[in-house]
Amino acid sequence: MTELHWLGATELASALDAGEVSAQEVAGALLQRADEVDPSVRAVLTRTDERLLEDARAADRRRAAGALRSPYDGVPVGYKDIFVTRGTVTTAGSRILEGYVPPYDATVVQRCSAAGLPLAHKLNMDEFAMGSSTENSAFMATRNPWDLERVPGGSSGGSAAAVAAGIVPWAWGTDTGGSIRQPASLVGIVGVKPTYGVVSRYGMIAFASSLDQAGPLTRNVRDAAALLEIAGGHDPRDATSIPGPAPRLLDGIDAGIEGLRVGIVAEFMQAEGLAHGVRARVEDAYRRLEKLGAELGEVHLPISLEHGISAYYLIAPAEASANLARYDGVRYGLRVDGEDVVAMTSRTRAAGFGAEVKRRVMLGTYSLSAGYYDAYYGRALRVRTLIKQEFARAFEHVDVIASPTSPTTAFRLGERTADPLAMYLSDLFTVAAPLAGLPAISVPCGLSPDDSLPVGLQLIAPALQESTMLRTAYAFEQDLGFAASPEGRPPL
Amino acid sequence: MPIDRAAVDHVARLARIALTEEERERMQAELSVILAHAERIAALDLDGVEPSAHAIELTDVMRPDEVGECLSRDEALANAPAVEDGRFAVPRIIEDA
Repeated sequence: MTELHWLGATELASALDAGEVSAQEVAGALLQRADEVDPSVRAVLTRTDERLLEDARAADRRRAAGALRSPYDGVPVGYKDIFVTRGTVTTAGSRILEGYVPPYDATVVQRCSAAGLPLAHKLNMDEFAMGSSTENSAFMATRNPWDLERVPGGSSGGSAAAVAAGIVPWAWGTDTGGSIRQPASLVGIVGVKPTYGVVSRYGMIAFASSLDQAGPLTRNVRDAAALLEIAGGHDPRDATSIPGPAPRLLDGIDAGIEGLRVGIVAEFMQAEGLAHGVRARVEDAYRRLEKLGAELGEVHLPISLEHGISAYYLIAPAEASANLARYDGVRYGLRVDGEDVVAMTSRTRAAGFGAEVKRRVMLGTYSLSAGYYDAYYGRALRVRTLIKQEFARAFEHVDVIASPTSPTTAFRLGERTADPLAMYLSDLFTVAAPLAGLPAISVPCGLSPDDSLPVGLQLIAPALQESTMLRTAYAFEQDLGFAASPEGRPPL
Repeated sequence: MPIDRAAVDHVARLARIALTEEERERMQAELSVILAHAERIAALDLDGVEPSAHAIELTDVMRPDEVGECLSRDEALANAPAVEDGRFAVPRIIEDA
């Protein structure tokens, strides 16, 4: 049998059902794996060994009593440190929240606990989810399990690296401009950003509220569908949550894609900066989709490519500057004293925020300030409308849109930290879907012939069409066989 | 449009971030580069295009006005850097008369 730490969540659930292992044995094997590899990968910000073992013991007791809470009872899950966890330190990767112990659980955490999923660690991230490499964490840089000199992507880099390295079978991340999909692509796993409003934002520390969306990072497509079923669906505590029950995503996931219309984004394939090896693997993926019965066509998203980054890097920092106003040294987090309230607040924020967070708060404050609002923020919101419209036009002709997830494979630590704009361009293909609120997935499509690092295929679907997107990704993944083979695991 | 030093200082004051001399200099250079890239959208014809503040429109979400669960005072104050008599403590705002 494959070592326990390489099993996906559904495989672990089957092993638990068959009585081959106990939840405590699973937890023990994962903790041992963390001991072995996390000193070099550095994916985990706060280890929750005691809580994990305690939750696993409770899961085993429920199993013995025949009182399982869900088919995944006893399968541990990791959380990006942006989800608040009652009684367990939550920092969002920031000094300003160092030592913060939340008094409540995020809805995602609450629902996973209610399904019997033991809590396995708080995972590293770029500070307040601002970044594309996890180098902006105030505490440490996470490494890519495929090459420890390279970044795992970001901002959910700790979640992605932990899943890829076998530290947890699946984990939660958040995506604002690509923060689930880009790291999933760079470490060779599956990452899903659902339609805006499918997963509750309650208890998810806010970055850009009109874009932020939680989603799963998993070893395979089926696990991603399962985790969304567990935690998705309407939450009265989030006013932007879409009314309705959790989506049914596992039913029909294996129905195939005969006759499905897949649109390839012409402009993305012609983009300057698309690496040769990424193009090669993604073109293979398109041919595979065709072989599986899909009808390929071209779609055009010129505004998304030319202006998506500009719109995103005006809108997200503007929202962030408002959201981060709450870190004022009064109710929680760091305080640096000052002679009056303004001095106290200004010194607290100077000491508590890292360089990228300061940059974005400044950028957002500037673009919202008197005299610049119309030229920057106001125009960016109109560009957002154009991006929504060009997606709507594309979806008149196709069911799913396909593209590379990231223009390059994993880059080296430090390579882009000196040039904020170069780092922002990592998000070239991923920012459009959240601006339009659409669901998108990154699914591995093999290793680049140039550097033997993972490449991700991005699939985007119309709002609330997660089932079509997942069915496409599942058919592709099963036929490729990468995720299930030893080739799909990092040499670690 | 490059952003000047006075604008950096003005925005830092609005954002309540006490920047060091070195940070002010770096911020001026970096924001200028980022804004120059963002200004590409100035070239777009946006006449008659409505702004989208949200991707998925949900308006007037209502719920009954009922008392629900909430944090106790102790829980709410537990993470505060300074507490006095069951309240958040801040530096003096109003001078003695």
